[in-house]
Parts: sequence; C-alpha cells; structure tokens
Amino acid sequence: MSKGSDEIVYGLKRDYLEKISSKGTRIDGRSPTEYRPIVITPNYVLRAEGSADVKLGKTRVLVGVKIEPGEPFPDTPNQGVLTTNAELIPMASPTFEAGPPNEDSIELARVVDRSIRESKMIDLEKLVITPGEKVWIVYVDIHVLDYDGNLIDASQFGAVAALLNTTVPGSRYGLEDFSLPVNHVPVITTFVKIGKQLFVDPSLEEEEVSSARLSIATDENGNIVAMQKGLSGSFTQEEVYNAIDKSIEIGKDIRRRLFGR
Amino acid sequence: MGMQSDIKLIDENGLRIDGRKPDELRPIKIEVGVLNRADGSAYIEWGGNKILAAVYGPREAFPKHTQNPSRAIVNARYNMAAFSVDERKRPGPDRRAIEISKVISEALEASIFVEQFPRTSIDVYIEVLQADAGTRIAGLTAASVALADAGIPMKDLVVGCAAGKIDGKIVLDLNKEEDNYGEADLPLAIIPRTQEIVLMQMDGNMTREEVRQAIEMAKKAALFISNLQKEALRAKYEKGEIQKAEENLNAEVNKGE
Repeated sequence: MSKGSDEIVYGLKRDYLEKISSKGTRIDGRSPTEYRPIVITPNYVLRAEGSADVKLGKTRVLVGVKIEPGEPFPDTPNQGVLTTNAELIPMASPTFEAGPPNEDSIELARVVDRSIRESKMIDLEKLVITPGEKVWIVYVDIHVLDYDGNLIDASQFGAVAALLNTTVPGSRYGLEDFSLPVNHVPVITTFVKIGKQLFVDPSLEEEEVSSARLSIATDENGNIVAMQKGLSGSFTQEEVYNAIDKSIEIGKDIRRRLFGR
Repeated sequence: MGMQSDIKLIDENGLRIDGRKPDELRPIKIEVGVLNRADGSAYIEWGGNKILAAVYGPREAFPKHTQNPSRAIVNARYNMAAFSVDERKRPGPDRRAIEISKVISEALEASIFVEQFPRTSIDVYIEVLQADAGTRIAGLTAASVALADAGIPMKDLVVGCAAGKIDGKIVLDLNKEEDNYGEADLPLAIIPRTQEIVLMQMDGNMTREEVRQAIEMAKKAALFISNLQKEALRAKYEKGEIQKAEENLNAEVNKGE
C-alpha cells in the first residue's frame, strides 16, 4: 500500500476509534481499565537463570535473566549491577528492523529498568562477592516475539516474573546457588489517550490512533516509583492524577493476580 | 535516584545546601539568537547548567523514507559535551541521551504546527556544555526559544521544570547533589497557554500526594520560566528594532551629506 492510502485508512480508523472511545467503548469490548488476558509461563528457558514467557492478549514477550560475576560500578562498590536490554526483533512486527537498538527499544528497556531499579525490587547489596571488586551482574533481556501493543507492560510483567524465579548461579563459579534476593514487586500500568479518553493496556490498533501515552510504576505500598509520558500528544493535570490513582488500584490487582503478592 | 548517603540536604532552617528555599528556582538566564548559521538559536544558563540550542528547518527530511506526507517530523538531538561533567563522558549518544532526545522531540512536537510543513524535518540540536542536573528540561526550555527564533509556528513556547523529593520533602528544581542523593525526581514540561503536560518522567519513590505536590510545584515554576523565555525573545526583537532604526538614521544622515 502506498503511503497516501495508508494515511486514508489511518484517518478512517482513527475517526472510528475516537468516535466509539468518546463513550468509553473499546473495539474489543473491554472497559477502559481492563487488561487483555495475561498468561505468564515462568522458567520458560531452562538455560537462563530466570525467565518468563508473557502473553498479553496477542502480544508476546520473552524475558530472560542471566547472571555473571563482574566488576561493580566505581560509585557503588558494594552493590550488584542490574542492566536491562530490549530487542524489537523483525519477527515480531513488519515495522521492526534488524540492527542495533533504536530509540523505541531503548526507551522500552529504560522504562522497565527504572521500575525495577527505583522500586528497589532486587536487593543489590546482597549481590556482592568481594566488596569493591567482584559482584553479580544481573542481565535482564527482553525479547519481543509478537507485537500487538503495550510492550511496556508486557515486558515489565515478564521482567518481574522472571526475576521472582531467578537463581544466582553461584555453584558455576565455586560458590553457592541462591535465590535472587527480592524485596519489592513493582507493577507498571500504561495508559493511552484516544480523543479525550484514557485506556489501559492498549492493543496495537489503539496505540496506532492514540495521541499520548503514560506509564506509571507503583510498588506494593501504593507509592509511585517511576513514570514516563510518551508520544507527541499531551495530558491535562487531571488526567495525570486520574491515571495515577487508577494505576495504584490496577497495580494492586495485577500484583496479587500475577505474582501472588 | 541513586547513592545512599548520610548527607543532609535540608538544614535545620529548612534551607537547601545551596541556600535555596524548598520552592525556589536556581537563577535562570536566557539569550536568543546566539549562533550565526542556525535558523534559530538560544542559550540558557540555569544554575550551573550551560546549554545551547539550535534549530534548522523546516527543511527537506532526509533520508527520504523518513518524510511524512502530511506533516513535519521533529528531530531533537540532546548531546552532552565530553567535558560537561566531572568524569569525562564518552562522546556520542548513549542510551540515556537517546531516550532524552526522544521525549524532548515528542514534547516539542506537541506544540509545533507540524501539519503546515509536510515532508520536512525540523531539527533541534541541544548541546550541554556544562551540566548541573535538570539538563533535559533546561535544554527543552532553550530549544523552544530557538524554535521561536527560527520563526516556527507553535501553540506556545514549551517550558518545563523539575520537582523532586529530598530528605522527605518536596522541593523544586534539584541541583546535582540533590539529584544524586535525593529520593525522587520528576521533570515536567507544559504548553503554558493550555497547561497541557507534554513531558513527564519520574524516578524514585513518592506517594500519590507527593507526586501531585511535585507536579503542581513544577507547573507553577514552569509558568514563571515561560515569562523569562518571552522576555528573552522580546529583548532580541527590541534590540533588532533599535539596530534597524539606527541603521536607517545613519543612511539618512549619509544621504544628507
């Protein structure tokens, strides 16, 4: 299809979605605060120290955790290291291209990373082998397999599920194996704005016509630990406050349902 | 938010390490039209930050496949000079810079009438020469002034400020130490005329009420900074008018001779 006719179809689709969304209706019949079905399969990859396969509607993301000994950062000699990476591989969507990470995959990885880091989910101080010299480095790799919208939440749920099932492979290096020390369980909730309405867990169709996006990560105390506004639209202050309140509620529900916490 | 420390960020009088009150901004100075080749430019000093912004365009978007037949694309590039921070920053975009460039591009695009310039790109270059926390917002604030200097039609000048939490208190416009040792940071940018939020990020740990307080505080400050942007533009315009008048006068005098 030429770009011109793409534009026409896009315009029609947007008009239609904006029309139905003004009444809070969604194309797949969900309520504005309803997620698509979430299915998480932990320990999907046995070679990984922890992993989870996440299906969020038709979006599918595989998250793997690998842990290796390495050097701490000079400014945090007594802490392990967390690094998060995301790959939008070409298999997942006709719009994804092979190659080095682009701004979309970098933003995805950094937003997921922020939710884990700022909630202090992993007790990094318990990941020291020799203070100042050797610590455990936790690599969280997000592999997007099938893209049907809302990669941020799918990836974040996957990362949390994988980390909750991660074993630090001490025995491989002449030490003891132990479960990754986890203190908190952050949950992220992403909203998009279509017309003047906010919807959680956007499908690809909804993402395509949305003007702005807001992701809010909350912890089990109902505190906010990370936020990211995206896309070139805007939110009113009221919309932000509203989204924050809902994210606390939804986060609580998802934490209980998915992670039993 | 980072390192653990015993540093006290607020003293017994309720003042911060640089002597500011909780809701007090660092000094801000904006200049317009500081570069020769760029279509528009601006310079901002904000606390210890020194940042240049330049705008090129609207110009034909390149490579061609990036062109959008119905509107301009906005490409901001946020870059830190190697010498802008204590420990030399390796030149070139790192992951942080790429993310910041993305959110700044999106925030500016929210205000620009992009549909007026199909197939073009509006390129915004932000160079951090000296960094002291809050660079993304300071850069964005300078960038929208540079856009105005380039004559690009916008809803309004995008402007921002950060608020955060240090020693359990919500404060405005964190400096470097507060950013390093504080508990939360929330950069925010708005379109003043409509008060829409076009950039918002947050990391750290805040309650719902604290987030509200931070947003409110940052918004209020942004509205204040918005006046500084407009004053800077006015200053350049007035200077230009005076110069023009002088030139005309000289020409008249010369004609008379």
